[in-house]
Amino acid sequence: MALIEFENATVEFAIYNATGRSLKKQLLQVATGGQIGSDDRGRVVVRALENLTFTLRDGDRVGLLGHNGAGKSTLLRMLSGVYEPSAGSARIQGKVGSLIDISLGIDHEATGRENIYTRGALLGITRASMKQHIDEIIEFSELGGFIDMPLRTYSTGMHMRLVFAVSTILRPEILLMDEWLSVGDEGFKHRAEARLASMVEATKILVLASHSRELIMNTCNRVIWLEHGKIRMMGDTRTVTDAYFGVVSHALHAA
Amino acid sequence: MLKYSTVAAMSDIAAATRRMPLVGILGWQDVRQRYRRSALGPLWLTVSMGVMIATIGIVFGSLFHSPMTEFLPSLASGIILWGFISTVINEGCVSFIASDAIIRQLPIPLFVHVLRMTWRNVIILGHNLVILPIVFIAVGKAVHPIIFVSVVGFALLVVNLLWIALILGVACARFRDLPQMVGSVLQVVFYLTPIMWLPKSLPANVSAYLLDLNPAYHLLEIVRAPLLGHAPSAMNWAASGLLSAVGWAVALLFYGRFRPRIAYWL
Repeated sequence: MALIEFENATVEFAIYNATGRSLKKQLLQVATGGQIGSDDRGRVVVRALENLTFTLRDGDRVGLLGHNGAGKSTLLRMLSGVYEPSAGSARIQGKVGSLIDISLGIDHEATGRENIYTRGALLGITRASMKQHIDEIIEFSELGGFIDMPLRTYSTGMHMRLVFAVSTILRPEILLMDEWLSVGDEGFKHRAEARLASMVEATKILVLASHSRELIMNTCNRVIWLEHGKIRMMGDTRTVTDAYFGVVSHALHAA
Repeated sequence: MLKYSTVAAMSDIAAATRRMPLVGILGWQDVRQRYRRSALGPLWLTVSMGVMIATIGIVFGSLFHSPMTEFLPSLASGIILWGFISTVINEGCVSFIASDAIIRQLPIPLFVHVLRMTWRNVIILGHNLVILPIVFIAVGKAVHPIIFVSVVGFALLVVNLLWIALILGVACARFRDLPQMVGSVLQVVFYLTPIMWLPKSLPANVSAYLLDLNPAYHLLEIVRAPLLGHAPSAMNWAASGLLSAVGWAVALLFYGRFRPRIAYWL
């Protein structure tokens, strides 16, 4: 059973080489980014997320909406366990799998096969399990003889096929995504879609950050709207997406 | 609150030891990157160290009028081991900084990065140790069975280096000028430790300070002495053991307090 429980969780970065005084004057009226302020010691801080309180349970497919710099990626990283809250509490129960940066750790001088093992190790997959899956991964990626060539000989598309194939063998209880993964040419796309869909279906909690209304409507049953690091609105998909996309189009028309 | 964070630190370290396959893969990757597509391959690590030892050995050996059969093996093992010790400490300073991309994306136990750095240097040490048999044969030095005690000494040395690298890694992630200071301190320690000179060349009253109070000397001796054919003294063992106990206690408290902040500092 997976469970995510946030209570007044805050992520605040102290900026150690910023000149405090000049930035304080620019505090107001910023369209993007988190909140810039100063803490009680007078240091410049960026409050990426502030007082987040919510609970996610099995079956939740949550969409994250918000402007650039609202805190969506930071929240995803908090959910994966990279950032512990600087204030408040965040309880995460269940194995987390992240599809956020699937090329992380790739060594361009190593072969495709070696990189598969490296990516697998980084994702926490045991060596025995990797040995079981390696043939399936190679077959799915359709890279043929290139699997034993160094990665610098690959095209971007081939690179993406490889990392996609490795990352989608995970079956985590909590799945985190920053935009939907769309990989490959016409021939590959359909198999990739099916593979990703089966991964999403097997997961208990899905958190997906996106700017696409259609994607959120199709995939999510709950939406959290973040603005400057705070939750502006949280509820069922229809209500929040109407509000968010309604506001955005109003802002565009008014300008 | 204090107990809780120390427990979290210990579970991070325990979790890291369970990710040894990852440590292994990343460590080997680091080493292979250094000599891929090079003419000599892994051999260049050994050759460059060998040339340095030969040069220093001949020049300084003649300068100090030290007998070659005694000086050269001592110098060779000292330089090889010191190369390992100083590189682990220097690279330990930047072990979190260098892995900042991974730390800010994947929730891997942070101690893995310290282990990876250490493992990569152990591999390189292995490449350099090959020089020792060559030196021994060249000067006609015999090998004694006590040489196997150096394995135990090496394990204790690594235990010590790990806590040093951990504390420095955390501190340097916050204060970016610290790595340079550490580098300078290590340079000084190198000259204060009997590597380029033999302990017996020291006048008696000075040796108490430069040897007994020098932790680097003790850590070096528990590995080097058996290689050279004699047992490390009780004081060498006691000092190294005490250093690891106190060091780890401090490191656990320090790491417990600051571990959640590391991702924020990077």
